[in-house]
Amino acid sequence: MPLSVSDPTWYPIASSEDLPFRHVYQGQLLGRELAVWRADDGNVNAWENRCLHRGVRLSIGINEGQELKCQYHGWRYANRSAGCTYIPAHPADAPARRIENRKYPVREAYGLIWSAANDDLPFTGFPGAEGGDWFALRPMPVNARPGDVVAGLAGLAPDDQPADVMQGLSVRLGNIVYFVQPVDADRAVIRGLLAGKPADPIATLRHYNEGLTKLRDRLEKAAARKPVPEKLSPIFEKVSADLASMPDIAIPRGATLPVVVKRKWQNADGVVSFELADRDGRHLPTFQPGAHIDLHLPNGLVRQYSLTNGPGDLMSYVIGVKQENASKGGSKVLVESVRAGDVMAISEPRNNFPLRRDAARTVLIAGGIGITPLLSMSRFLDQSRLPYELHYFTRSGESAAFSSELTALHGRVERHVGLARDAIRARVSQALGPYEFAHHVYICGPGAMLEMVQEVASGLGWPDEAVHFEYFQNDKIIDQSSAFDIELARSAMTLHVPAGKTILETMRDAGLTVPSSCEQGACGTCLTTVIEGEVDHQDVYLNKTEKASNSCMMTCVSRAKSGRLVLDI
Amino acid sequence: MPKTPDPVTKNLWYVVAATDELPIGQVDTTLLLDTRLAMTRGQDGEPVVWLRSDEQKGDDIDPESILDRLPVKNAYGYAWTCLGTPSADLFPIPEFAEQDRRNMSCGSIGIHVSAPRAVENFLDMGHFPYVHTDILGAEPHTEVKEYDVEVSEERDEVLATRCRFVQPRAAKSATHAMEVEYIYRVPHPFCSVLYKSCPEDESRQDVIGIFLQPMTEESCRAHLLQSMIDSQSSIKDMRRFQQTIFGQDKPILENQFPKKLPLDPRAETPIRADKSAIAYRRWLSQKGITYGVIPQAS
Repeated sequence: MPLSVSDPTWYPIASSEDLPFRHVYQGQLLGRELAVWRADDGNVNAWENRCLHRGVRLSIGINEGQELKCQYHGWRYANRSAGCTYIPAHPADAPARRIENRKYPVREAYGLIWSAANDDLPFTGFPGAEGGDWFALRPMPVNARPGDVVAGLAGLAPDDQPADVMQGLSVRLGNIVYFVQPVDADRAVIRGLLAGKPADPIATLRHYNEGLTKLRDRLEKAAARKPVPEKLSPIFEKVSADLASMPDIAIPRGATLPVVVKRKWQNADGVVSFELADRDGRHLPTFQPGAHIDLHLPNGLVRQYSLTNGPGDLMSYVIGVKQENASKGGSKVLVESVRAGDVMAISEPRNNFPLRRDAARTVLIAGGIGITPLLSMSRFLDQSRLPYELHYFTRSGESAAFSSELTALHGRVERHVGLARDAIRARVSQALGPYEFAHHVYICGPGAMLEMVQEVASGLGWPDEAVHFEYFQNDKIIDQSSAFDIELARSAMTLHVPAGKTILETMRDAGLTVPSSCEQGACGTCLTTVIEGEVDHQDVYLNKTEKASNSCMMTCVSRAKSGRLVLDI
Repeated sequence: MPKTPDPVTKNLWYVVAATDELPIGQVDTTLLLDTRLAMTRGQDGEPVVWLRSDEQKGDDIDPESILDRLPVKNAYGYAWTCLGTPSADLFPIPEFAEQDRRNMSCGSIGIHVSAPRAVENFLDMGHFPYVHTDILGAEPHTEVKEYDVEVSEERDEVLATRCRFVQPRAAKSATHAMEVEYIYRVPHPFCSVLYKSCPEDESRQDVIGIFLQPMTEESCRAHLLQSMIDSQSSIKDMRRFQQTIFGQDKPILENQFPKKLPLDPRAETPIRADKSAIAYRRWLSQKGITYGVIPQAS
């Protein structure tokens, strides 16, 4: 039977031993090359051996434990999802689109790594595999057609005990099962499994290796006399159409996905944590440090929560929720009524708080529950062995959340408990120090603290571009008293926004579908380009420079100072 | 089976050797567009190139005896030839003629990748911190700032301007990190010329040219030219500097897959930093070049 590039059969492609710590192995199957690597969490990844950006082999990439870094442009891809998490050429932007390398199904079993061209068949092992204690022999590469190699192996059987030729180019000879890995039309690797661990492993390996070497010499001599078969040509699938164009920075907007609450626990006084996982045990979408998800609550509200996960940590998302007495219903319903086992809808992770990994110095300042995105950032910086300082301010009596996670970090982590307002200010000022080139600070916490840190940073000469912040909510009182017109340039529509109504609501009333999330000027989802007019910004998302530029706004809370705004919608 | 090159490719001028390195009265051999060539130099120093039959490298030959010659140009220190009907002129590099310039060939290096992949790599700033670590770039300075690209109809070339990048050691003569400004020209589908701020004289620019000789669709030779303002370094050191850079590119280029440059926009994932590469790919596509590329399915 001729080999096919779309053969769904599972074949061994490596031994478990080929994937030592922080290594990338170059596997081959049916004319394709695979970059095979084990993450620090033990998961094995089998990806098409080329970076989707410029085609360079990922088997010469760097295995950073939870991310693989391409050697050409430093793009990073996450364990499990193969999703791109960082593009160094544009360090201030989160990858605008969903970029994922091609993955192949992979399984580790019986001391071998198995893969297949596609997901059409489930992995079943081989008859009698389960329960056995298998010992992997040394692989033997052979320059001969895989079918001929199978026939050669079958020929090793003694006359009275004919070989059992099984599915998937495998042959059972007594207590050994040989698998032929079809590398290409003219090349194969013999991988053997011996039942039971031998008393003298080295002698056993040598014994079988000698036998297989003789077989190889015979097979290669025979192959040299036959015509060379045509090589398999792998198909490089095209990237999706939206990846082929070059859009400006955009906020990815995905559909919702259902998740199950795997665990709910009291993380600290006043903080409850939730672990959310895919219902079928698959990994969740790739995220970047600083990203949040929208959580759809049972009472119909949608709230944003930052992910605390580290790089490549995609089997579940962990969020922290603050129990607030005066809760407007968001955290209250989560804390009181959502239980482990409940199913909830979340958005794909979005990132309005991207972390640059090109800083000479990174300072992270968290206040209370603001630790969540900064914990994720610390974990990414930690994994890449980049220097950072994390300052975590909590009120007295309130214990620090994610304590054990913080203890596991290797960077400089300082906890400041129960400081008075002035003392916090002094401590922040000391932590920041005078601004220098390529220094960046990230802040998340209550509104008053964010404003204070921005003020201190500005006083020390830190420019706006170096000060990154995320509010959980907009505490300001929104003034909705103005009335004005909006002209929607792309939709060729002019609408009147009366007092008491937002631009967003006005556009929705006119039948437009416009994305939004927090609807309080904090999350950045409804960011819109302004072509003309003067904006009355009331959000906490944009920084001072961005607001002053008058070139963008949040349609959920911002209004016009002029009589008319022209929007790029 | 080697493919016959498309007419645009066939009618172009190509570098086949550094003129000075061609032995006078002796045969040297090479491959251009899957065609075997023989070459030598006459007593007058002028290169002679012809289709190779059974000549071997190192054979003695009287250049006068070669009648069936291919067109030849001797420019920028290199011997250029053409397998079809060439245009009269080669693209200009006026700086080469300036009195105080130090012009040098920096070697001819074989690479197992298509010539357009090598051109694209030459245009790319994003790889500096990773491939040319601590020379042309270094983390954390990985940002590719916005730059301008145009395809000049008048001169028929791709031009990228206002390209800026922080480099720890931009040239042999550089002593500290500086933000370097580049201008890239692609005046020929398989050649590119780079202008960069000169550490020694702020008012002028160093010029580096790369001339690719496509040997097959998946292999080429890169001929490097430097035309520098540098009164201090020796030619040997300046050459070695450029060869070090190129030696770092070679293994990366040879690990690119597929080896031919895909012109379909959906073959790979571009980002804003790749503007010049995108313009280059489109320019090749519009010219109808099919050699060394994977053309866009129509």
